[in-house]
Amino acid sequence: MIEDLFHEELRASLDHCIKCTICETACPVSNVTPLFPGPKYAGPQAERFRAQGEPQDEWSVDYCSGCGLCTMSCPQGVKIAELNAHARYAVKQRKGVPLRDRLITRPTVLGRLGTPVAPLANATLKLRPARVLAERLLGIHRDAPMPKFAGRRFRTWARRHQPPSTGTKIVYFHGCGTEYYEPEAGEKVVAVLEHNGYRVEVPDQDCCGLPLQSSGLFEDARKYVKRLARALAPHVRDGTLIVGNATSCTLMLKREAREILGLQDDPDLALVSRQTYDICELLLGLHDRGELRTDFQPVEDIVAYHAPCQQQGHWMGKPALELLALIPGLEVRELNARCCGIAGTYGLKREKYQIAMDAGADLFGQVEASGARIVACDSETCRWMIEHGTHRPSVHPVELLHQAYGL
Amino acid sequence: MNGSLHYDVVVLGLGVAGLTAATRLAEGGARVCVLAKGVGSTHLAPGTVDVLGYDPERVEEPAAAIPRFIAAHPDHPYALIGADAIAPALEWFAATLEHGPQPAYRYTGGLERNHLLPTAVGVARPSALVPQTMAGGDMRSNEPVCVVGIPVLRDFYAALCAGNLRNAGVPARAIEVDIDVGRVEANSLLLARRLDDPSFRAAFAARLALLVRPGERVALPAILGLRDPFGAWSDLERRLARPVFEIPTLPPSTPGMRVYDALVAALRAAGGRIVLGAEVLDVERSGERVTSVRAHSSGHDTVYGARWVVLATGGFGSGAIELGSDWQAREKVLGLALRGMPGPGEPRFTAGYFGPQPMSPVGVAVDSSLLAEGTENVFVAGAALPGSVPWREGSGEGIALASGHFVAQAVLEREGATATA
Repeated sequence: MIEDLFHEELRASLDHCIKCTICETACPVSNVTPLFPGPKYAGPQAERFRAQGEPQDEWSVDYCSGCGLCTMSCPQGVKIAELNAHARYAVKQRKGVPLRDRLITRPTVLGRLGTPVAPLANATLKLRPARVLAERLLGIHRDAPMPKFAGRRFRTWARRHQPPSTGTKIVYFHGCGTEYYEPEAGEKVVAVLEHNGYRVEVPDQDCCGLPLQSSGLFEDARKYVKRLARALAPHVRDGTLIVGNATSCTLMLKREAREILGLQDDPDLALVSRQTYDICELLLGLHDRGELRTDFQPVEDIVAYHAPCQQQGHWMGKPALELLALIPGLEVRELNARCCGIAGTYGLKREKYQIAMDAGADLFGQVEASGARIVACDSETCRWMIEHGTHRPSVHPVELLHQAYGL
Repeated sequence: MNGSLHYDVVVLGLGVAGLTAATRLAEGGARVCVLAKGVGSTHLAPGTVDVLGYDPERVEEPAAAIPRFIAAHPDHPYALIGADAIAPALEWFAATLEHGPQPAYRYTGGLERNHLLPTAVGVARPSALVPQTMAGGDMRSNEPVCVVGIPVLRDFYAALCAGNLRNAGVPARAIEVDIDVGRVEANSLLLARRLDDPSFRAAFAARLALLVRPGERVALPAILGLRDPFGAWSDLERRLARPVFEIPTLPPSTPGMRVYDALVAALRAAGGRIVLGAEVLDVERSGERVTSVRAHSSGHDTVYGARWVVLATGGFGSGAIELGSDWQAREKVLGLALRGMPGPGEPRFTAGYFGPQPMSPVGVAVDSSLLAEGTENVFVAGAALPGSVPWREGSGEGIALASGHFVAQAVLEREGATATA
């Protein structure tokens, strides 16, 4: 059960709602489907009718993708997305959580199963009959973008990697996407950090619990994030920073675990939360102090940049844009679409895939119109969706820095 | 220090005042960062620039009325920045929206003569600079109007609007043309997105063409697109071969969103940064200078160092100025001194909703260059300024735009002076 006091604190924010509809303009979901009535209706308005301990039947909140743009846009500080996450948890408590939601929200379990048999797993995921079967049996949409198992793990590389003997210590939180699907992205993060004088440590770590949290599996999510905080905290008690390239997962550590799961009192999480930086945030800070190396080679290319919703949820602007602007020759086109639609595991679900595609349509069209050959984006699930929706490669901004450094 | 960034100017607030100041500053070469707790009031506003509508009678010619108005209201923002500073701000705004990075969104008018546009309930509203898409609705023309209601858009009652137009002497009738959006209710944003689509617009125009009568101008709620509204409006006028005009709706207001999108694009193109969600927590001072602003970001706060700060956070409406239960008003963001508070024992409110409210003109105390009292480097723009009652004067956007433009100029001049020195 969510701590009553914490939930009451969130509820208190709804009294600031002046029904101005600014959140409704930001919502990527309610603008494409009537199944979600919109952040204002499902959030502060419906919340007034939700009494603690009473059964909740409004399934529509499950169609909120949890992107958090409503909370960020609200000029009055109403915790709209957080209230909706709680309402979703309550309705799932009552109506039950499908097996699918228990499965696709555990990237470490999937990763450990898929990695050793990567070629087979990847081939199966491409097989139409297998996807149709997965749709029928599990409710994972047959067309939803599935990442490819790398067949190796980032940590295996990291263990063998010889770090420089000197440099500022920094802890790297790589997340599950890097671990199982994009280990090369992690290697580039390490190279860029080392190039800028850091000595990177990669402590043992597991999933942050974000997929579970966004599917309303709060108890399980708490276990994961508390375990992760316990694993990272001992490495950073001396003031060392944590840096991550999985922007949704770093946001989970920074804020969502505390604000949505109500873990404000966990001392390890409080420490980890304070000291976690998104990789672009960290590098922009270095640049501000004149400490970022700018020995970039020209990269003659056009790149479109999409700031994913959860990157925006860091409430730090779009540091990737300032960094990419430092690369000579690179033309950067900032896109202003709301969302790619995928929202982690949301767009994988049979009943939500089309909504996700409709929500992403604006972004895909903007990519098309931009003339860009590649799309830079800070979140891995969003990159997979962008590749699916635009048939263009999508990379983390740091990968472009890595390329420009010539590492 | 980790979590700190440095700029020439930090602008607080993302409404018309903040966006104007920031864009002008960035265009002038300053490194600018806008911090905002959330999106400003553009999304709630009709997208027109009302400079002076009432004094207290309806103003026909703002250019002639403003000097008189200033003489009678020496504490008004217009009096501080001077009548001559208003027109350049309007020109800059119109040029930015027409020639900025977004598809051209043309404005028409100026200070010479107010347009007289109908509101969603068909009541005349004087406005100086208006989107071309609305200009055809001027109520001084007695060309008959066909008001088109869209039944799914429940906040716009064509019959009520047409009835009030008739009461005001404008021949008008109401018709209804529904738009199928697959739901029982839609806001104007949803409809605007549909009308962005040229083929959808063509089909809509074809249905409309069957219902309008010769000689009528066509009034639509402001739903003519977000992506290229001027293009969408021109397209519809051509297809219907008659004047078409938009009437602003209840929020979400698409014309306001167009202004926001255009100004944000212009700011970004000029190199300015925007940080949304960044509620200001406190500031560091050195004597009378604010040297940095600490703002909320996820996990840890971020400190934004700045040589200049522009406060454009709004007034009571946005919550940036608050009246506490102790009956004291406070500027919540930087804790600046206020001006215009009724004295002890004087009434703060009067009976009558539309009556003159003693609290209305309360705002941040500033000098004649809009520098906040007790500071050397904090300028104030928009609804945070004291001395005006925008909703009675019909002056809100005019004040926001002119003061935003003015403070940018003031900062650039001082920056230039520092650079030369």
